[in-house]
Amino acid sequence: MANVVGTPLKRKEDPRLLTGNGRFSDDIQLPGMLHAAILRSPHAHAHIKKINAEAALKLPQVVAVYTGKDLEGKIGPIPSSWLVPDCNLKEAPQYPLAIDRVRYVGDGVALVIAEDRYAVRDALDLIDVEYEALPAAVRQKEAMQEGAPLVHDDIEHNIALHWKAGEIADEVLESAEVVVRESFYVQRVFPSPIETRAAIGEYNPGSGELTLWCTSQNPHIHRMVLSGVLGISEAKLRVIAPDMGGGFGGKIGVYPDEALIGYAARDLGRPVKWIEQRSEHFTASNAGRDEVIDVELYGQRDGALTAIRVKNTANLGAYLSTMGPGVATIDFGLMITGAYDIPHASCETFGVYTNTTPTDAYRGAGKPEATYQIERIIDLYAREIGMDPVELRRKNFAPKEAFPYTNAQGLIYDSGDYEKPLQKALEIVNYEQLRQEQEEMRKQGKLIGVGISTYVELCGFGPSKVAGAIGFQGGVWENSTVRVHPSGKVTVYSGTSPHGQGHATTFGQIVADKLGIPMDDIELVFSDTRAISMSWGTYGSRSTPVGGAAVAIAADRVVEKAKKIAAHELEAAADDIIFESGIFQVKGVPGQQRTFQEIAKAANMAWNLPEGMEPSLEAQSFFDPENFVYPFGTHIVVVEVDKETGEIQMKRYVCVDDVGRVINPLTAEGQVHGGIAQGVGQALWEGAVYSSEGQLLSGTLMDYTLPKARFFPPIESSFTETPSPVNPLGAKGVGETGTTASIPAVMNAVMDALKPYGVKDIDMPLTPEKVWRVIQEGEGN
Amino acid sequence: MAIENRKVTVTVNGQERSAEVEPRKLLVHYLRDDLGLTGTHIGCDTSQCGACTIMVNGAAVKSCTMLAVQADKSELTTVEGLGTIDHLHPMQQSFWEEHGLQCGYCTPGVMMAMIGLLQENPNPSEEEIREGMEGVICRCTGYQFIVSAVQKAAKIMAEAAAKDGEAVAASQLVGEGTHRG
Ligand code: FES
Ligand code: FES
Repeated sequence: MANVVGTPLKRKEDPRLLTGNGRFSDDIQLPGMLHAAILRSPHAHAHIKKINAEAALKLPQVVAVYTGKDLEGKIGPIPSSWLVPDCNLKEAPQYPLAIDRVRYVGDGVALVIAEDRYAVRDALDLIDVEYEALPAAVRQKEAMQEGAPLVHDDIEHNIALHWKAGEIADEVLESAEVVVRESFYVQRVFPSPIETRAAIGEYNPGSGELTLWCTSQNPHIHRMVLSGVLGISEAKLRVIAPDMGGGFGGKIGVYPDEALIGYAARDLGRPVKWIEQRSEHFTASNAGRDEVIDVELYGQRDGALTAIRVKNTANLGAYLSTMGPGVATIDFGLMITGAYDIPHASCETFGVYTNTTPTDAYRGAGKPEATYQIERIIDLYAREIGMDPVELRRKNFAPKEAFPYTNAQGLIYDSGDYEKPLQKALEIVNYEQLRQEQEEMRKQGKLIGVGISTYVELCGFGPSKVAGAIGFQGGVWENSTVRVHPSGKVTVYSGTSPHGQGHATTFGQIVADKLGIPMDDIELVFSDTRAISMSWGTYGSRSTPVGGAAVAIAADRVVEKAKKIAAHELEAAADDIIFESGIFQVKGVPGQQRTFQEIAKAANMAWNLPEGMEPSLEAQSFFDPENFVYPFGTHIVVVEVDKETGEIQMKRYVCVDDVGRVINPLTAEGQVHGGIAQGVGQALWEGAVYSSEGQLLSGTLMDYTLPKARFFPPIESSFTETPSPVNPLGAKGVGETGTTASIPAVMNAVMDALKPYGVKDIDMPLTPEKVWRVIQEGEGN
Repeated sequence: MAIENRKVTVTVNGQERSAEVEPRKLLVHYLRDDLGLTGTHIGCDTSQCGACTIMVNGAAVKSCTMLAVQADKSELTTVEGLGTIDHLHPMQQSFWEEHGLQCGYCTPGVMMAMIGLLQENPNPSEEEIREGMEGVICRCTGYQFIVSAVQKAAKIMAEAAAKDGEAVAASQLVGEGTHRG
């Protein structure tokens, strides 16, 4: 059988999804099911004086209304899962419903349960809440100032954490010939999966078991956290993530809402369903980014970079989200040197409470921000010394020979060859010629820009002892069980929790090659805490390098045992058995063989196994990677800016990514495309807008632009392959590269187009109005 | 709320179905909750995303923008009526082959919208396909492989039409799958 790893197989999961046979949260209907809705605060900051639910409770279909006071002592606060050490972290308790004070627009105030999804919304309108509005702290730098309103009374200056990594000696800074400074704002954006969040609870009073279907990228983390919050044994709490319409980080978090639904289902003894509304999603689901990044890049006139000093002031929102504290610290601060061998680096991060929705990991989580600042500042540095941005990058790349390469912040990059994708991308765009054309177009008064980003990102976290050292309240290993049935068909269990990535296909490919069986003989099971051993889910581009690796190892173990059985049956030594394409063969003795299916049967029947061998053919693996993986690559964007309107048109988008060994080029490319769309979205169109009172002005899909098809040129995507040494697949992560790389690539392109006006930075998103103003001002000068 | 429920009868995927609903009930909820046709999804509350797109009397319509009562006596096609696992509609087949979906949540609506597009323009250019997707949002794919899928579907459907020696009538573009409720 031909090997399938590395081939662009069509996805196993698609026929189901294409025919309306998916089973998403809202598709689940249970007998006697009730519907829930959550009344949310219209104020950014206010005391709750009184809640009157009488009118709502009078509606015939309304079953219950719970307030924060009703639940006091019954549901615990929702803890953060990333308690970053040595940063004076102050965690304020987040109760599932606000008790006497709301701290952001969208903060839960009451939970309403009714017989019908329309009735429950009628009831919401009838709940009367008396608020006393308080001044709000909205933007992080202002929130830190003396006299700013305090989000939590006992947390001074609203500072949730103050983290530092790296130190630079004064002499290093003083000896630099050039220093380029800039302040960047990586604005708040919304993950916006097309399926919003949801939760359905069902309680069995007989067994005391609570089943919670919820939109979770990591059902076991949900189970672990919620069992504490709800006071229920993990053995009696089953969390299932049904089919999910995307996540992008927005469904990592353990949210108050899920705890509430679990509680209500148990309290009422009836199933309860909650489906988040899209407009609700904007204030009730964790947002991403929102970091003000002040950068100083030091070096010599010849382009040798010597030091980078960064300060990140991150808006964490009103409470610490599940991963929130780690994003602007660990994820960001250790990656500030990017792909460059800059010998000295330091990062200082302030995490700030504000009266806004909490922020959490969003596609890339800290790495897009880190990449943004380094890729933007290096362009400004190139401009300052009059060097081509490609040349400056090349000059400072961590050299191929240096891998595994230790960056200035102490991270060890597993493998890399940064020149390779750069060279390939330059050839694809024909860089020299492109620059000439740009010059000519400029002479004709046309604003053409070329933007480059040569990124590296960290993903596939590991090992777990490092996770512990950086305060992550979990492990980062992954598990898989490969279970071979008597017929030789196989069920594979994996702890990752896919929601669009196509793990059933990619992991199936891994197993198909290992066991020499057809893809159709392999079924994958994910996302159910009852079926799957403890695991950590899908985020941080960990699924293939960690989860896929666990699958590969378990499959290897199956083969190992099967070989012994084959040897026994064929009366040969196990070492003399060759296993290829599903056949166990005695070395040098043609015809002396067993098929995989025959061994599967033999193992399960156990009529004739080697002495002392346990029956069955099944293996489990728990894989804890020895290091992170570091995908890298080059993205090049060509834009044209319309002088009259400020509109930006992307003419070309070229990317060459190196994500290690590619399991399925088709799905890998799909991940790259989707990632790019989200990154470009951040650069050009998406952005949360809060008023100074903390009202979200971009709180519906009419006010917040999600990218449409017509916004994009065809993406010219390809790969180079530099295997990772830290897992048996040689794979790195691919889910976040596109987002990480594209934001600065697009920004650099537009800034390059606007170079004639001397502009160095514009806050994202680059709406035509902002660009037009810059052009107008420039023309005026 | 004192308003009485109405009986709404539709022919959906070739079958007559009816249910008593509140006059305010959205068509998409009627399909999903009352008729159990959960292949049509809901992605927003402001008519932007197009995840709910179905065919109403042969035209692509966002089923969250219509009340169920307005659809009374209409002919509807949802994704469940497009093709079956064994016999996918060319649009489904092309989405599969070209990797036009990731999470698959937007997909039923996007396919319906694109079938609507091909009815009006059987041979759209890449740009026309992108423009034609104005009413739908996909957060996963970056759209590129959706564009390829639509191009492929257009080609297959055009070839099938040519083979028949005549243009495929708009109404034949949908509803060739086995109908089920
Ligand atoms: S649900 Fe109908 S357009 Fe979004
Ligand atoms: S495939 Fe996920 S939103 Fe389109």
